[in-house]
Order: sequence, then C-alpha cells, then structure tokens
Amino acid sequence: MDSITAAFHWFVSTFPTLSMALGLLLLPLVPLIIGVAMYVWWERKVIGWMHVRMGPNKVGPFGLAQTFADVFKLLLKEVVYPANSNKALFLLAPLWALIPSFAAWAVIPIGPNVAWSNANAGLLFLLAMTSMGVYGIIIAGWASNSRYAMLGAMRSAAQVVSYEIAMGFSLVSVLILAGSLNLSDIVQAQAGGKGLFDWFWLPLLPMFVIYFVSGVAETNRAPFDVAEGESEIVAGFHVEYSGAPFAVFFLTEYANMILVSFLAPILFLGGWLSPFPASWGLLGEPGWWWLCAKAFFFATAYVWFRASFPRYRYDQIMRLGWKVFIPITIVWVFVAGCMKYFGWVTTGA
Amino acid sequence: MSFQLICFYAFAAVTVGAALAVISVRSPVHAALCLVLTFFSTACTWLLADAEFLAIALVLVYVGAVMVLFLFVVMMLDLDLDPLREGFVRALPVGLVVAVVMLVEMLGLIGVRTMQLPAPPEPAAAAGMSNTSWLANALFSQFLLPFEVAALILTVAIVAAIPLTLRHRVGVRTQDPGRQVRVKARDRVRIVKMAAEKPAMPADAGETTP
Repeated sequence: MDSITAAFHWFVSTFPTLSMALGLLLLPLVPLIIGVAMYVWWERKVIGWMHVRMGPNKVGPFGLAQTFADVFKLLLKEVVYPANSNKALFLLAPLWALIPSFAAWAVIPIGPNVAWSNANAGLLFLLAMTSMGVYGIIIAGWASNSRYAMLGAMRSAAQVVSYEIAMGFSLVSVLILAGSLNLSDIVQAQAGGKGLFDWFWLPLLPMFVIYFVSGVAETNRAPFDVAEGESEIVAGFHVEYSGAPFAVFFLTEYANMILVSFLAPILFLGGWLSPFPASWGLLGEPGWWWLCAKAFFFATAYVWFRASFPRYRYDQIMRLGWKVFIPITIVWVFVAGCMKYFGWVTTGA
Repeated sequence: MSFQLICFYAFAAVTVGAALAVISVRSPVHAALCLVLTFFSTACTWLLADAEFLAIALVLVYVGAVMVLFLFVVMMLDLDLDPLREGFVRALPVGLVVAVVMLVEMLGLIGVRTMQLPAPPEPAAAAGMSNTSWLANALFSQFLLPFEVAALILTVAIVAAIPLTLRHRVGVRTQDPGRQVRVKARDRVRIVKMAAEKPAMPADAGETTP
C-alpha cells in the first residue's frame, strides 16, 4: 500500500498538469459510473415492486451491492468472438458507443457556470455527441456477423436517426426562447419571480413531452426497445456480446438514460432553480440538489414506462416519429418564434 | 512549437491518413468508417481555428446523420469488390488530373489570402461575440434571402426524392393506422348475456376428448 501511495505522490509531483487533467476527467466519471450502478439497482427494485416482487435484496444492505457483484461477474467472464466476425471492429463498437456518451457529460452544468466545459455551443455539442453513439450499435451489429445482431442494428439506426429530428426541433424551440446555445444561459433564462411557472415547460409543453419521449426512443428503451426486441430478435445488436464488452454496452445505455434525465430538467424544468419563490428560505434556494431531484424523477419515469407499457410495433414507432412528432414540432417552433417576437414569454430574472 | 500547432499537425495527419484509407482499404464498410474519421478530424482542425459552430455542425450533420445512412446502405448491399477494383488503373490518370487541379486552386486561394497583408481581423472577435452568435446574426440579417433560398432548394430536393422512389405496388396488404384507431370494441367482440347453465356431461370428460 505504501509503495502505491509513494508512486501516486511521485506521479503527482512529476506531472502536475497531467495529473490535474486526469483528476478533473475522473471527477465527473466516477460519480456517473456509481450513479449507473445505483440506477440499475433502483430500476430492478422499482420494477420488482410494480410486479409485486421484492427485487434484489440478498447482496449487501437492501441488495445495494447486487449491481457491483454483477459487474465483477461480467468483467471476469470470457469474451467469446463469433466465428468469422471482424475482431477489431467487434471490440471497437462498445467503445465507440461509450466515448460519445461520456463526452456529452462535459457540457452538463450542475450550477451557474459550474460545468466541465461552459462551451458556447453546448447544446449543439450535445446533439453531435448523442448522434455519434449510434455508430457503436451499427458497428456492433455488423461486426458480429449475425442476422439478429444486424437486424437490431438496422432498427436502431433508423429509429435514432428519425427521432433525432423531432428531438432537434424541440431543442430549437428551447434555444429560440433562451436565445443561447449555452446550457447555463438556457437555465438562467428560465429564472424569474414566478418560480416553476417561469420555466420553459409551460410555453413549450408539447415540446417538453416530445423531447422526453424522443429521449426514450433515442436510448432504445421500453416501450421503444425494438432494437433489442427479445421476443423477436433475441437481444438485437448485442446478442453476440459477452463479458466486459457487454458490460460496456450496458454502462453506455444507462449513462445515456441518466444524460437524458439530466437534460430534460435543464432544458425545460429550470435546471438547478428552485420551484418555490425565493422568499421560502432554504426551499427557495437554487442548487444542484434541485437538478438531481428533477433528474431522479425522469430516471424513475424511464423505469415506470418500462414496467407499464407494452412494446410498440416497429411501424408504429416510425409513424409516431415521422407523422406525429415532426409536424407538431415544426408548428411549435413557429409558435415559439411568435412567443419570442411578441414578448409573450419573459426570459431571465 | 505551440501546443495548438502540435494538435493541428496531429489532426491534419489523421485526416490525410484516413482520407487515403478511404480509397485504399478493401472493405467498403471500413472505407465508410475511415470517411467518418476524416470528417471528425476535419472538425477537430476547424475547432482549433475557433470555428466551433462549423465544426460541431460538421460532426452533427455528416458524422451523425449522413454517414449513418451511408453505412446503413453499404452494410445492406453485399458489394462485389472485384469489378470495382478493376477500373482503378484506368481511372487513375483522370483522378490525378482532378487532384492536381484542386491542389492548384487551393494553393491559389491560400496565396491570395496571405497576400492580403495585414490579415483582416476575425469578424466574430472584432464584434466581441462568440463565433456561433456572430454567424447567426450574419445569416439571419445580412444573408437572409440566400439562406432562405438555400433552405427552399433543400426542401424541394427532399420532396423530389420522395416521389422518385415512391412506387405504388398493387396487391400489397398494408395497415391503415387511421382505420385501426377508429375501430371500436363492438366491431370486434360480441358480448352475449346468457344465464349460467350446467354442462350436460361431467366436467372432466371434455378435457380428454381431442
């Protein structure tokens, strides 16, 4: 143990800039990974309760260590390569899914200007990163050399590209009202004396709903999880994956869900702002805990949907995306423009 | 040599290497993935030049949407590679001529830019705003008409592409979602009220008959 500490001290003192950069990189990642583990546990618990079961309760207090046990089991398992698969791409695919989903966290603000990167084009960066994640799925499907995996990848690619349009338009309406692509500015634009009635969910209610439903579709979660479709195509794009690469896909999916759960409050529910007027003392104080509480609600909603709704048929998913959501969003972008132009919505404190 | 310059050379080297790989690797899927890498490293060099909007838009549009569909098609088609490679030597002179003309044009452009000394100040920095908002201001005030015309042309292109590929095949059974939604329960299920009655034979006899 002493030698490890000594090596750590030597490393920090020899490369101060590098170790600071590494430390800053780990700062958002470690809570995210632990958050994913807790989220998986919470999902299994909630679904258990909704099925009138107990959920995991054997490993650790309340079964909390169950996810960690599962992760270590996965990491110690053998990685099986399918026959005639493209090994390099087979291993590259999970990484290509994971890296954009982690990179997207760089611009998420948890307080006024408290973000890894307070980029001016933050919203655009987020869209770019989330749209890159689909490569991991397509390459996984292709490199597996399996029909089921290929079918899952094709479904996923079509679904993500379709819902990205509706999602993009709902973000456009947010940035019309906020007048900025910077996520901190977007939250600040929702501040005001009326508390939660100043947030963007009220003028942009249809977009708020469409954003979250598209987010569920983009992360390939129930009821839009036809990319996995256990009843038809076994497990879709990751049917051939085992061990650590599968764990990486799993991590990516949950990290993306938490990302969408954080973005919905930042864009529509006032981020770290308090829903109560400032005169209420501590309850009226803005802070990161509000953001986390709102994100927790959306993360739970994901689980709630999964336990409540049957899976959509594939053609119904496409119809919903193209023929329902996109026309509504186009109209509401125009409405948002009118709101801004005629000053029906006040932005900023 | 500043850190920024090192980064530029690294990104530029990756761009050129990936672009070469696009035309030299055997598998079309690998070529498409190399094209993705080319776009991405080009975006990185643009970011170094403070063109953040253009860089992220390049990743968003080309990497995130266009290349996904491209890859989609390449994976679906089971391409036969040999006839594609046959024409390589025959087409090489034409390709070289095009490449040389493009190189000369590009060098000429760079030459004209460098002759304008002193270099004009960057308009976004001069106006004191971020690159993205400067671009938005320019597009939606100074260049509104060209911008709208370009948008209209793109919309017409989308609409034109759909009729070109739309074929009405006869005898195909498809669902009509409108009719599906309009269906009422009584169209499908008939509920009959009847008094409970005793089965004529013993209850387990019915299960044994096939």
